[in-house]
Amino acid sequence: MDILTILAQWGPYLLGGIAVTVGLVVSALVIGFVLGLPIALGQVYGSRVIRTIAAVYVWFFRGLPILVLLFLFYFGIFPVLGLDFPAFVVGAVVLGLRGAAYQSQIFRGGIQSVAEGQMTAALSLGMTPWMAVKTVILPQALRISLPGWSNEYPEILTDSAVCYAIGVMELLTRTSQIVSQTYVTMPVYIACAGIFILLNYAGMQVIYKVEEKFAIPGFGVKAG
Amino acid sequence: MTSEYILRIVDLHKNFGDREVLHGISFNVKKGETVVFIGPSGTGKSTLLRCINQLTEPDRGHVYIDDDEVTGCGHRISEYRQRIGMVFQNFNLFDHLTAVQNVEIAPIRVRKMKPADAREKAMEELRRVGMQDWADHYPSELSGGQAQRVSIARSLAMDPEVILFDEPTSALDPELTREVLEVMKDLAKSGMTMLVVTHEMDFARSVATEVIFMEGGQIVEQGPPAEIMKNPKHPRTREFIGKIAEH
Repeated sequence: MDILTILAQWGPYLLGGIAVTVGLVVSALVIGFVLGLPIALGQVYGSRVIRTIAAVYVWFFRGLPILVLLFLFYFGIFPVLGLDFPAFVVGAVVLGLRGAAYQSQIFRGGIQSVAEGQMTAALSLGMTPWMAVKTVILPQALRISLPGWSNEYPEILTDSAVCYAIGVMELLTRTSQIVSQTYVTMPVYIACAGIFILLNYAGMQVIYKVEEKFAIPGFGVKAG
Repeated sequence: MTSEYILRIVDLHKNFGDREVLHGISFNVKKGETVVFIGPSGTGKSTLLRCINQLTEPDRGHVYIDDDEVTGCGHRISEYRQRIGMVFQNFNLFDHLTAVQNVEIAPIRVRKMKPADAREKAMEELRRVGMQDWADHYPSELSGGQAQRVSIARSLAMDPEVILFDEPTSALDPELTREVLEVMKDLAKSGMTMLVVTHEMDFARSVATEVIFMEGGQIVEQGPPAEIMKNPKHPRTREFIGKIAEH
């Protein structure tokens, strides 16, 4: 079979994997953000107990290979808890939980690099500590964190291919199916790689736009 | 019984580790007074100011504003801090907000003022310190003197009963110092109650109603500026004033 025929025949199926991969990545980034930020706040402002819990979480999720985590949750933790999640959900949740550990450290760095006088000034105006964190610390910390955070997107995008191992119908899974159906390897993998590269590029453009939108003169890092 | 004093400080003590920074400080401030604290560096002047609004918690002693006890009030401290403004050596303007946003943010968030009203109030305070033309500039775009004037406006926007100035001109060159001192002078004239830690002797001489000389965490001598600056009784005060005058 010639390449063009194969791509014409299987192309739509492969492209369908984009939606699944993007779905995994977006879900994982959102979960990572929603959990990562409170973990960072807990590590910086929390009581000793909260700081310990946060540290253990980060240690656990950064300490295991992604594939081990995935199998651990897919074959172990979720079934034991009686949770019968589809593979897609397990993939998104594991990527998200792991992402939260990494994101939390990006945010922690951001929070800790806000000048101490900012909090002092906020308190002196009669803000409660939580109000000061919300209105003064976080808006600055998130801006400082953005360049570091932008690493998370390509990280999770490339990591998402590991969900192949539990049969999520994402790009790599579909690619290998096409390969085993057609016995054509190289061009199909190249197509798969090309899609990842394009997704990476498109996502980074979005992130640069966000950096630009929130850039403030003389504050934080200039948009790329 | 309401006392004639807007602020009463009673026997404040503070240790950092085994270093005693405040060693039983007591004084009273009447409404509209400008009290200037002078003394060598590291004698607890800044710590004293921070103990008044509890940014630093004193180990012992009491602070009263209008007969309400500020010390030991727990989470109600944020209410008292609204009544006690503070201006810092390094300005501490909120870096992510423009000048006018810096001034309006506390009225909006703390006082729950309507944004439009808060904006109007903020512009009024910026006019008061001569910064109305810089309302939309970020702190990084302001000179030190301008930033300090905005931070005074930020403090004024909460309508405080007292403002604490913690070495407000120490980070500024002489010219910028002058523009900030002018604003503070006007404030004092308008009847604002002010506690000022400074090394600006001219300011102390011309604006203060009371000068307090502190050393080693204690008040060594206090009185009207003419007395303290011209005829200090205590040898340590005399030595300090003499040294400063040489410059």
